[in-house]
Amino acid sequence: MKIVVCVKYVPDATGDRKFADDLTVDRDDVDGLLSELDEYAVEQALRIAEEADETEVTALTVGPEDAKDALRKALSMGADKAIHVEDDGLHGTDVIGTSLVLAKAIAKAGYDLVISGMASTDGAMGVVPALLAERLGVPQATLLSEVGVEGGLVTGRRDGDAASERLEARLPAVVSVTDQSGEARYPSFKGIMAAKKKPVETWDLSDLDIEAGSVGLEHAWTAVDSAADRPARTAGTVVTDEGEGGRQLAAFLAGQKFI
Amino acid sequence: MPEILVYVDHVDGAVRKPTLELLTLARGIGEPVAVALGDGAADTAATLAEHGATRVLVHEAPEYAAYLVVPKVDALHAAYEAISPAAVLVPSSAEGKEIAARTALRIGSGVITDAVDVAAGGSGPVAEQSAFAASYTTTSRVTRGTPVITVKPNSAAVEPAPAAGAVEALDVTFSAQATGTKVIARTPRESTGRPELTEAAIVVAGGRGTVGDFTAVEALADELGAAVGASRAAVDAGWYPHSHQVGQTGKSVSPQLYVAAGISGAVQHRAGMQTSQTIVAVNKDPEAPIFDLADFGVVGDLFDVVPQLTKEIDARKG
Repeated sequence: MKIVVCVKYVPDATGDRKFADDLTVDRDDVDGLLSELDEYAVEQALRIAEEADETEVTALTVGPEDAKDALRKALSMGADKAIHVEDDGLHGTDVIGTSLVLAKAIAKAGYDLVISGMASTDGAMGVVPALLAERLGVPQATLLSEVGVEGGLVTGRRDGDAASERLEARLPAVVSVTDQSGEARYPSFKGIMAAKKKPVETWDLSDLDIEAGSVGLEHAWTAVDSAADRPARTAGTVVTDEGEGGRQLAAFLAGQKFI
Repeated sequence: MPEILVYVDHVDGAVRKPTLELLTLARGIGEPVAVALGDGAADTAATLAEHGATRVLVHEAPEYAAYLVVPKVDALHAAYEAISPAAVLVPSSAEGKEIAARTALRIGSGVITDAVDVAAGGSGPVAEQSAFAASYTTTSRVTRGTPVITVKPNSAAVEPAPAAGAVEALDVTFSAQATGTKVIARTPRESTGRPELTEAAIVVAGGRGTVGDFTAVEALADELGAAVGASRAAVDAGWYPHSHQVGQTGKSVSPQLYVAAGISGAVQHRAGMQTSQTIVAVNKDPEAPIFDLADFGVVGDLFDVVPQLTKEIDARKG
């Protein structure tokens, strides 16, 4: 079985993230790393691989040179090999374009199962897995908090707002997993050393038969016109409870007409 | 006036509040045409008409409940073909975003998710979004095709605006992919009797400071008619279900009032609540970052302060 796990290199969410002058995500001033939510995808790919025979886990990313760091992390966790799609023409590509590049790369790599995280921690749209299923023409079993593969079927639990659902789909399929799916492993020293020797292929747009005019900032189907720093919330009154704290808070809420 | 297609989120015919908010936004950019699917779809018409829907396209079929997402994409696509709208608005639930994205790809249109406002602009609707844990506000447009935009709950007021709401049967042919992912069992969430977290006007949330005892938090929530939220620390400790988690990897809420009890206010949590209109906090630690955001803060033990607050509110209600 061939598993492709999609990962994204994102600016650290605990850093002071901002927009660049062209209103794309600034990637220079904040250190990048493998999106935390994608670690869960790598983890589930590895767990599924451990349960099945002859399974190969390929980590795939689309991004600039530094995005290799995300692939290295996935390899050190235990993925077998990695593919990096890198091309100057990709800068500023929107979600529709990104899904095109990923789908072409997944098809070229060959797959039985595609696994991704629930969303990236920067763009946070959470729609790439659904778009991949649409483009690849295979079932989507997304936002799973529990996932298993057996007998050519993927099954899992999807917790929605109104109900929790048990899903079942035939492979090949696209799956995404949530942060409830199981704690991601830390790379071992051995894993980190082994990762250095694992193969990382680099593909560009021509390798994927994608015309330059279908991706990139100029050709995106959406445009960001402005990005403004939200004025920081200013701290209001803080009192220390000396037996009247609850009543003081009630007085504040009454003043604001909440009670 | 151009027609704006509005995807209806409903449970057995009961329209959920975010859809009514979408109708308000849709009326700002055109005439809302609603599309309602699945069991009870026709029962949504009266409510939708009351809030401005000029037409209500309905289609009931077992496929909507039996298979994941794709039957709804087929239907929204069919509705798009039937009315050629100027824009498509969908509630920003996890499922709503997936439906919107797949539909956008099919019709060759760009997609914007998690808008907090949609307004008419010189070259089509302009969507406002919050970015990077709500530290930025952006404006965006769809530049190709018919804009498909998903909108977060609490982004607009629900306003009565009576319209015809003429019910029409929508003709839907399911695609080969429609039956790809089976829903083999569905367990409805147990109703707590409290409002839905993302839709609530008031949220009372508990964190590490509760040490697992949410009694005081829940009692205050019930006194205020509020939803209950929890920080990641509280959820990870197993004290409250994940469905109530507020923050980067949980729900993002923007209520009129957010009460943080025993929550330090780490960036992970702030990402999900700092667009709330008014924030109040109770925490033992005077250095807790939550006090930097709070309009009113009490440094103290939540087990003293919160019950006193609940009692005082009850007394004031008289």
